[in-house]
Amino acid sequence: MLLDVLGRVMSANGLITAFVFVGALVWVSYLISSTLTRGRIHGSAIAIALGLVLAWYGGLSTGGSRGIADLPLLAGVGTMGGAMLRDFAIVATAFGADLRTLKKAGLVGAMSIVIGVLLSFVVGAVVAVLFGYTDPVAVTTIGAGAATYIVGPVTGTALGASSDIIALSVAAGLTKSVLVMVGTPLVAPRIGLNTPHAALIYGGLMGTTSGVAGGLAATDPTLVPYGAMTATFYTGVGCLLAPSVLYLGVRVFL
Amino acid sequence: MVIYGVALLSFCMLIGMFAGDLLGEVLGVQANVGGVGVAMILLLLLSNFDSRRLTLSPITEQGVGFWSAMYIPIVVAMAAQQNVVGALSSGWMAIVAGVVAVAASFAMIPVLARVGHGDQDAS
Repeated sequence: MLLDVLGRVMSANGLITAFVFVGALVWVSYLISSTLTRGRIHGSAIAIALGLVLAWYGGLSTGGSRGIADLPLLAGVGTMGGAMLRDFAIVATAFGADLRTLKKAGLVGAMSIVIGVLLSFVVGAVVAVLFGYTDPVAVTTIGAGAATYIVGPVTGTALGASSDIIALSVAAGLTKSVLVMVGTPLVAPRIGLNTPHAALIYGGLMGTTSGVAGGLAATDPTLVPYGAMTATFYTGVGCLLAPSVLYLGVRVFL
Repeated sequence: MVIYGVALLSFCMLIGMFAGDLLGEVLGVQANVGGVGVAMILLLLLSNFDSRRLTLSPITEQGVGFWSAMYIPIVVAMAAQQNVVGALSSGWMAIVAGVVAVAASFAMIPVLARVGHGDQDAS
């Protein structure tokens, strides 16, 4: 009876349950960071990695697509980490950001977005061709998916790609976003990702909002507003270029 | 009042999302183009406004600061609801495409960062 009532209270107050759950997760992560790694790996990096592991477990045990949020007791995690609160918190980080840095990096920031979309698209398209795809629509859709998991389906739908190709493009984008979250803190020192200027370029090149948000949080939270600022334009630019100019480009080659 | 800060933040986000969706419509793409970016710029402009009427009191600032501080926990929650199984189970091609795209993008960061700094030196 006790457990029934507890379960009922937890699911009826989903978002509050999520606050407790994430709070405990972050606490454990910082404990691991300070004891096991002596602070060498940032607590937030461990928290995000643990979050991904839990998402993997949630997906395996429920067969759903929303990670741990598919467990009824933890559905509130879906609200807490959903697009609305995520974007709300990202906007809030702009408070106190340096306006002059943003102005100075305007041009190279814009450049990085276009180069980032092109680069990911070409890489994705080439991989698709190497794996034996020759249909321009399929190659374009998979290339678009390598940009972000939103650009892929938008492009695939616009071009009339089949649903299994669209699913592949989403998987490519998801892989990218997960890898950016995990990989950013590891490679940050080597690629010079330690200034607002570099963070702007990083956001434009990577483009996946969730990847950039997680990656910078785990590297240096003060860089978040700069990376998030450029990343927010990436998906739009991708949706603009992929089904039009880039599709025509692919048709020239195939 | 704390609510002034929260309201200001929410107002900026709504206007930004509105602008982003509108821009998406105009460009004919089914996506929000830069909505969060517009919202961030708006918040920056409003909070940096050199007018005595718009100077935020410290308590009002707490309304924004709280959400800024909640950023990492929210990102942890976001990570916990990613479709990791979906990313890993769709076969090698999707994984290879994602991995190589990330590697190539990481490699471009130092190159572009140098270009940007070169521009500043010249001007």
